[in-house]
Amino acid sequence: MSPAEDNAVRTSARNGWLLSLPALILLAFAASGPLLIVIWYSFLTANDTGNVIHEWSVEGWKGIFLTYDIFEERYALADAHLTIFWRSVWLSLTTTALTFAIGFPTAWFIATRPPQQRAMWLFLITIPFWTNLLIRTFAINEVIRNEGLLNTLLIWVGAIDTPLQINYTETAVLIGMTYVYLPLMVLPLYATIERFDMRLLEASYDLYASRWATLRRVILPIVKPGIIAGSILVFVPSLGAYVTPRILGGGKNMMIGNFIELQFLQGKNWPLGAALSVALLIIVMGALLVYVRVANRDRSQGHG
Amino acid sequence: MKYLMSATAMVLATATLAAAEGELQLYNWGNYTSPELLDKFEKETGIKVTVTDYDSNDVALAKVEAGGSGFDLVVPSASYVPIWVEKGLVQELDLSKLPNHKNIAPEWTDVPWDAGRKYSIPWQWGTTGMSVNTKVYGGDINTSAIFLDVPPELVGKINVQPEMIDVVSLATMYVGGEPCSEDAEIMKKVRDVLLAAKPNWISMDYGATERMSNGDWAASTNWNGSSMRIKINTNGDVQYGYPKEGYPIFMDSVMLLQDAANVEEAYKFMDFIMLPENAAMISAFARYANGIAGSEAFMPEDMKTAPEVVVPEEHKAAGKFLPTCRGKGLEYMTAIWTELQK
Amino acid sequence: MAERGFQISRLPGVATVAIGAFVILYLPIVTLVIFSFNASNSVATWGGFSLHWYGDAWANDDVKAATMRSLIIGVSAAFLSTILATLAALGTTRRRAFKGQTFIYVVINQPLMVPEIVTAVALMIFFGIVKVATGYQGLGYLIAAHTAFCLPFAYLPIRARLESMDLSLETAAADLYATPWQTFRRVTLPLLAPGIMAGAMLAFVISLDDVVITEFVKSGGQDTLPTYMLGQLRRSFTPEVNAISTMLLGVTVVMLTAFFLLTRKKD
Repeated sequence: MSPAEDNAVRTSARNGWLLSLPALILLAFAASGPLLIVIWYSFLTANDTGNVIHEWSVEGWKGIFLTYDIFEERYALADAHLTIFWRSVWLSLTTTALTFAIGFPTAWFIATRPPQQRAMWLFLITIPFWTNLLIRTFAINEVIRNEGLLNTLLIWVGAIDTPLQINYTETAVLIGMTYVYLPLMVLPLYATIERFDMRLLEASYDLYASRWATLRRVILPIVKPGIIAGSILVFVPSLGAYVTPRILGGGKNMMIGNFIELQFLQGKNWPLGAALSVALLIIVMGALLVYVRVANRDRSQGHG
Repeated sequence: MKYLMSATAMVLATATLAAAEGELQLYNWGNYTSPELLDKFEKETGIKVTVTDYDSNDVALAKVEAGGSGFDLVVPSASYVPIWVEKGLVQELDLSKLPNHKNIAPEWTDVPWDAGRKYSIPWQWGTTGMSVNTKVYGGDINTSAIFLDVPPELVGKINVQPEMIDVVSLATMYVGGEPCSEDAEIMKKVRDVLLAAKPNWISMDYGATERMSNGDWAASTNWNGSSMRIKINTNGDVQYGYPKEGYPIFMDSVMLLQDAANVEEAYKFMDFIMLPENAAMISAFARYANGIAGSEAFMPEDMKTAPEVVVPEEHKAAGKFLPTCRGKGLEYMTAIWTELQK
Repeated sequence: MAERGFQISRLPGVATVAIGAFVILYLPIVTLVIFSFNASNSVATWGGFSLHWYGDAWANDDVKAATMRSLIIGVSAAFLSTILATLAALGTTRRRAFKGQTFIYVVINQPLMVPEIVTAVALMIFFGIVKVATGYQGLGYLIAAHTAFCLPFAYLPIRARLESMDLSLETAAADLYATPWQTFRRVTLPLLAPGIMAGAMLAFVISLDDVVITEFVKSGGQDTLPTYMLGQLRRSFTPEVNAISTMLLGVTVVMLTAFFLLTRKKD
């Protein structure tokens, strides 16, 4: 590497840091910085009136995997925690898949409208989200409840005789989360599809590529950054979702966000809540890094 | 944009002046404070009351403990009152500034959670019992068996409110124990009876007023005030049962925060709400009794005799104040609750 | 041949799924709007047409103040987080990998990685200390917190757009002796606009939605519409909130229609 090149690399790195600095400062003040408190609290002793006692302890961390079964008076594997964790992962993955299945055609549809119409379609996607999450979740509740719109409609067309019990099931949580997180998938997808050169498709067809091959070889590589951004935006927040499972799950389908809340509030075990949060953070961060790395490697291979 | 920026600047500026004269910051449960009461108070004293909502004792406690919350008065439930006192978050009241203190009904002047009423004054009180649609189930509703040994008519139609302390305590009393019990045998029975009953519940959720009025649920563990609203909405179909095995009595009480900025205003407000006609306004809004002697005369007609509000003589003995669960009692409770909700 | 080429830009089934998605998106909203005109004291049983919830909402100062506060926080947070996110996206894409790049990426996305309740508790403790130390209890904390958790939502679409952008136009501009600022202003920014718009809209709706963090950070008299509703969750909702939401939707639709009519004229 020549000195000039070396210099350019250094300048580029410095500019990279300078441009990111304002965001980093804000996050240090209002997000990541305060989170250090949570790490600290995970090593303290629980106070049974809430908050913590400032005495060193690893009970919080131990509590993630082992629960002292107060009935059997022995330590046992915390299977309740595993059940809740597994449910969170599987519901979030399914939500991501569903939002992609619905979101990709929707984003494609918007991106292939005439340019002056696109902004309108985009706004149409976001307008329902101008009503806040609680109201929307209750509105979904109204649609899927036994005497709600959906069941009334299905009975009217004769598809079913008795109303389907959707409310208060995992299906309800899934419907709710897919609804809530759909725009988080559509918008990043749209942002990448929109600059997609449709002539590439024609070229591909002219070369007698099948539809499937076109999708896989031409479309997917180009919209990949959008897929990555969209999946992260949907998967990660749904893992910690709180309002939707609480309202649509009827309190019987707890997810990890609700479980952590239980520790900080009614259960008054802040160290366990803190340890669970840090563990979740580590898992998500790890998964994210692997995901981004694999995705980037694929891309550089594709181009090389 | 300009308007927005000046609006932002205004909000930022007024917020810093929050402690200005003639203001009071009340931190209370949502949909629990009568707006008419606040209007009347402002007219009489010139003090503007700002209400900020919470939906859980634990959130309120944690926020005030964190500091700088800017509230003057808070309205915790009875079992949380000792915690607030113990943590030094509230002031001992100067009774000389509260001439209406004498209006507190005798049964509420010396309560187990605040001996001698030195820290708290009554806001509202009520009970947790069973709301049951008697068109669906005609049997005895004065029992916790409604949700713990669900009658066939109510299977899949009964909701249980996700209140850990209420639900576990109801079950503990059902199997013959005391709330917050540390007896492993008793708590095992509690766990078993709850886990066995859970498959028969449709949900564990709030919103009984709404969902029982529209028929989504046929029964629910519920608060008496909510049950009364449902009874009105359903033309009397839904009745309120007091479990004979034991049911919790709750009281939410007003307390003055240690870091209150508007102490004089706070005293004026506390004294104001202990006048019977003002206490009656609180009750008329949220439909719970209030603990001020003589307020009954000012209450709406339908509340004066309602069995939801005036506990019938034969059910009085079963009512219990829930203590503040600590240590092992709390551990049992959380373990059972986690098992129940997982 | 050419005809076949044009058709494939509309992949089969795309329009069906997309229209279906729009219908599903609007189904609950339509229910909400209908029930805001409900005469009965309920959000679920129909009791005839009435406007009285609108009257009630209009007369309820708490609801009005909470709505206004939600909008002020939402606009401020969307505005600030979009600026910060655009800068950060420019700093972390399209340059040779540098030391700390992954670190920056992780920190920016961190607000996504923990459930809201955790951030909420952490901010409650930290801001509590700051509030006591400075005596300032204003909306600034809520705006800072919202800007922070909106950042990744603004950052990711902008970054995705940047990554898929063609470098050649900018290189061409630079070759034509445009200054870096001119290149940015005249070439990069217009190309980046759809990403910025997507990011800003996401940030805004995310801010409007937030319940948990706001509930823990707010000081006295700082209820937003969602926390106002959360406070009612245990007792009962009134259709007032449906009325407020419908009004907000109405205002949005009117504003957008005006916006489109104006921009169409320019074309």
